[in-house]
Amino acid sequence: MRNVAIIWKKEIDSYFVSPVAYLLLTMFGLIFGFFFWNAVSYFVIIGIESQMRGGGGPMSVNEYVIRPLLSNVSVVGLFFIPMITMRLFAEEKRTGTIELLATSPIRDIEVILGKWLAALTLYGCMLLFTALNFSFLFRYGNPDWKPLAVGYLGLLLQAGGLLAVGTLISTMTRNQIIAGAATFGVCLLLWVLEWVSGYETATWAVVLSYCSVITHFESFAKGVIDSKDLVFYVSLIFLGLFLTSRSMESLRWRA
Amino acid sequence: MITVEGLTKRYARHVAVNNISFSVEKGQIVGFLGPNGAGKTTTMRILTCFLPPTAGKATVAGFDVLEQPMEVKRRIGYLPETPPVYPEMEVAEYLRFVGKLKGLSGANLGHRVDEVSNRCAVADVKHKLIGKLSKGYRQRVGLAQAIIHNPDVLILDEPTAGLDPKQINETRDLIKSLAGDHTIILSTHILPEVEQTCEQVIIISQGRVVATDSVQNLQSGTRGAETIRVEVSGRDGSIEAGAVRQKLEQVAGVSRVVLRESSPQLAVLEVESLKGKVVRGDIARAVVQAGWNLNELHTAAHTLEEIFLQLTGAQPTLEAPASGEKQ
Ligand SMILES: Nc1ncnc2c1ncn2[C@@H]1O[C@H](COP(=O)(O)OP(=O)(O)OP(=O)(O)O)[C@@H](O)[C@H]1O
Ligand SMILES: [Mg+2]
Repeated sequence: MRNVAIIWKKEIDSYFVSPVAYLLLTMFGLIFGFFFWNAVSYFVIIGIESQMRGGGGPMSVNEYVIRPLLSNVSVVGLFFIPMITMRLFAEEKRTGTIELLATSPIRDIEVILGKWLAALTLYGCMLLFTALNFSFLFRYGNPDWKPLAVGYLGLLLQAGGLLAVGTLISTMTRNQIIAGAATFGVCLLLWVLEWVSGYETATWAVVLSYCSVITHFESFAKGVIDSKDLVFYVSLIFLGLFLTSRSMESLRWRA
Repeated sequence: MITVEGLTKRYARHVAVNNISFSVEKGQIVGFLGPNGAGKTTTMRILTCFLPPTAGKATVAGFDVLEQPMEVKRRIGYLPETPPVYPEMEVAEYLRFVGKLKGLSGANLGHRVDEVSNRCAVADVKHKLIGKLSKGYRQRVGLAQAIIHNPDVLILDEPTAGLDPKQINETRDLIKSLAGDHTIILSTHILPEVEQTCEQVIIISQGRVVATDSVQNLQSGTRGAETIRVEVSGRDGSIEAGAVRQKLEQVAGVSRVVLRESSPQLAVLEVESLKGKVVRGDIARAVVQAGWNLNELHTAAHTLEEIFLQLTGAQPTLEAPASGEKQ
């Protein structure tokens, strides 16, 4: 545990001494701010229209603002994850510092966990920006906080899985750009897999769309913890981290 | 302290280390010598548990590198070929990080960081970013991280590469001062370094050990014959070097004569005797009888360079370029 914390701290420091973290946070903050502004404006217009038509009772902020915004975040996250993970191992391999880690009395899995947790922490910081925006909703309205909390849990789980995949890919090359591009490709693929369910119902299509990380987020966005989706994300995290440790091992045998 | 038996490392097609065996006693400094691509780094990487061997066995402090890597790693300090430093960290911050990785903590950690930064002369750049240091300073930081946890065994891959002459001497002194408590293996291309620093030398070439012995034994014993250095000048102030050489070649028991230096006034030659022959007296007599002055005559130790070139298969280039003659 202590070793995981040492690696975690080192990675966090290195995210925050370089412009990487600030750049990601700023970009994410701007993009999300735009989404938020759009969603709220749209909500207000729809609200006024429905009142003019004398339509039913008050509209739910949760349904019309929070839920779509959470889904947006889950998709935008796909674009940021490669930038968070690409350097994790690729850089250590390029500069040779991997030799220090691999010859210190610390297990591979501790290195991997430390790095993965640091990546997840940075993603968590990005989510803080969204929380800042959401807090306005609480200031001026009274949304239900429970679905929002479940939504955040879903976002962290989804990111955890994808970050584990990104970490795995980062162990396979010494070139950050290759690691980033490959991770981006995989993230994109895991997103669009779900499209096949639109026109096909055969088993292969069901399997493919099951593998799509985005479909599993829908229940979380609604504020429901579906054990099926929970299992999917947790398995993705375990699989990703397990394969990363295998990959580190095999690097040595092949090196 | 370190034993290596039948160690082999095969990369995809290429055999980098081929069935090598050696052992190192506790407290010794051993020089690992070999031309580029000989397999020095590969052997060191196996000893530090970075690479697994293809075949054979290596133990450090009694622990097998494959079976108990954690125990081995706890006991070694390793300076790889390129210092494993993070450019975005400050020197002190980096040393603290490595110290923690090696299991140090609390007051002891701070104490060790101070101690190694003083010993490796990086105390004055403690708060500089490593990325902004010169190559030599980065090398010193690399050395400092290797000794931070006061390991039993130090494995240093070309520890003086990139240092200035003053720092090279200081580093050699540092390494020597670490011997005794620590067992040290260092690799190098620099032959005087081995002569000055190491007690024992292991010469490897193309993945095989070609010699392992103490530095003294190697210097005196490889050819089983004596090399004698002779300096001759003419009585009237001028001398014909070729004539001296011819004369000495005729002395019984001499296998060959090499001209080292020649000028109109002076000739310096190296005379090699046949195995087991003592020819010093005969040489002196021959010189004097020919009417020359014998300025100097002594047994020359083989330079490690010669031995190295001989053992690793390259032709020794004994001929001094100034003589302009081929033997
Ligand atoms: N990762 C690798 N894959 C394939 N071959 C390798 C690898 N690393 C080293 N080799 C080969 O193994 C041989 C030994 O290399 P090694 O780095 O051990 O030599 P060295 O003695 O340290 O040389 P130098 O003095 O140049 O540092 C070389 O022929 C090298 O090309
Ligand atoms: Mg080398």
